[in-house]
Amino acid sequence: MDGRKTPLYDAHIKGQGKMVNFNGWQLPLEFEGIIKEHQRVRTLAGLFDVSHMGEIMVVGIGAETFMQRLVTADCAKMSDRQVTYSFLCHEQGGVIDDLLVYKFSSQRFLLVVNAVNIEKDLAWVKAKAPSDVAVWDASEGYAQLALQGPRSQEILAPLCTADLNALRPFWFVDQTMVAGRTALLSRTGYTGEDGFELYLAAIDALPVWEALLGQGGQHIAPIGLGARDTLRFEARLPLYGQELSESINPLEAGLGAFVKFNKGDFVGREALWRQKKAGLRRKLVELEMVGRGIARAHYEVYKEGRHIGFITTGSFAPTLQKNVALALVEVEHSSAGGMVEVSIRNSMVQARINEDIFYESVYRRKGKKGE
Amino acid sequence: MSVREDLLYSKEHEWVRIEGTMAYMGITEYAARQLGDIVYVELPSKGMQLASGGRLGIIESVKAVADLHCPVSGQVVEINLDLEIEPQQINLDAHAAWIAVLEIAKAEELKGLLTYAEYQEFLRAIK
Repeated sequence: MDGRKTPLYDAHIKGQGKMVNFNGWQLPLEFEGIIKEHQRVRTLAGLFDVSHMGEIMVVGIGAETFMQRLVTADCAKMSDRQVTYSFLCHEQGGVIDDLLVYKFSSQRFLLVVNAVNIEKDLAWVKAKAPSDVAVWDASEGYAQLALQGPRSQEILAPLCTADLNALRPFWFVDQTMVAGRTALLSRTGYTGEDGFELYLAAIDALPVWEALLGQGGQHIAPIGLGARDTLRFEARLPLYGQELSESINPLEAGLGAFVKFNKGDFVGREALWRQKKAGLRRKLVELEMVGRGIARAHYEVYKEGRHIGFITTGSFAPTLQKNVALALVEVEHSSAGGMVEVSIRNSMVQARINEDIFYESVYRRKGKKGE
Repeated sequence: MSVREDLLYSKEHEWVRIEGTMAYMGITEYAARQLGDIVYVELPSKGMQLASGGRLGIIESVKAVADLHCPVSGQVVEINLDLEIEPQQINLDAHAAWIAVLEIAKAEELKGLLTYAEYQEFLRAIK
């Protein structure tokens, strides 16, 4: 198979991972089966190799001012060692990439971007950067692991020098020790469960991987890209290229909370503001299949025979035990309770627009309880 | 695990079990493993006439959608409705989870199918 190998490639082969080429990387699709792996992360813990993700450093006197213009988040309001989810938008408001922004200080930021977009993002950020800001691709130096699931903290704590009780969601510690290796550790993830992401030197990836698996014993296992996708989808977390793209803006995707209009000007602000004021034409809705069939990405959606949109992601949702989908449809046909038809292999299958049928992430659950 | 030596196989990874003029068919364990967790099966309708190689139905796993081919020409006389409710039966025991029964129209087509040993050799060659 073609494709670059992560530092954990040999471990995946030894673990009998079913390997696939994912955006130029050889990564495991599954180990013991997507559904089992999915349930393990929901109930215990799972370990993911996400070393394919891109890391871009933004450093310099003008870094914060530049970041304010570059992304939709309010980077001035962020505290040092805080992480936020955000977007790189182009002038028309479409999304060049979605990313995590790590703020070390007002002069130093780390952007974690999708593997498929590294080169595009890097070119975009470099082209916009002023002379007092240095931008470089740090992806080669980093391996990244994600430890996800309700047992994550108890597995990580004995191996780690950081106080995990003090590490709240969307915060990070730099230069902590995990299994005797230096790591950047954030309480973040892409599954809807509590968990951590670890950024390590490539050479440290395997020993930390093995230490976490050893510490977790029966409660942890390696998880492939297949379950990573079903977990994120079931928790309604967007995937670039499906829910977001250069032609789907964050407002349409229902992610307007991550677009901070009040912070001052940023790339794409004018176009997004205009759309917000005029009213959006399209909206991302939750679908539950009523007829038999699975709606999948790019299938067309109709209302009484008229084309109104398309599926962005659809799948059997293992925890919900249902066939569900997200669809981008014309706003006038987006009301909850409405029936639509999904074109599946030349037949029209009924689906109902619903609200809040997806899996509620642990952070949102805790937020509601006021924890 | 069910016995596999008494079955015939297609290069599209279907198995066929002959009972008189009837052919029970399903997909092989190899095909089920390649697909991963199966979550949806679209069965043919009873009474459908199908030519060998025609589309008999659809099998979907979490990540993949696959056509189910007809290994021999004939009429669909029975379908396994249990698979609509429990498609994972195919992952649990692919050689027991029959999908459809065909009334064999052209017995000579059976010669074009592979024996167990031939199928094993075919698998080794494509791996």
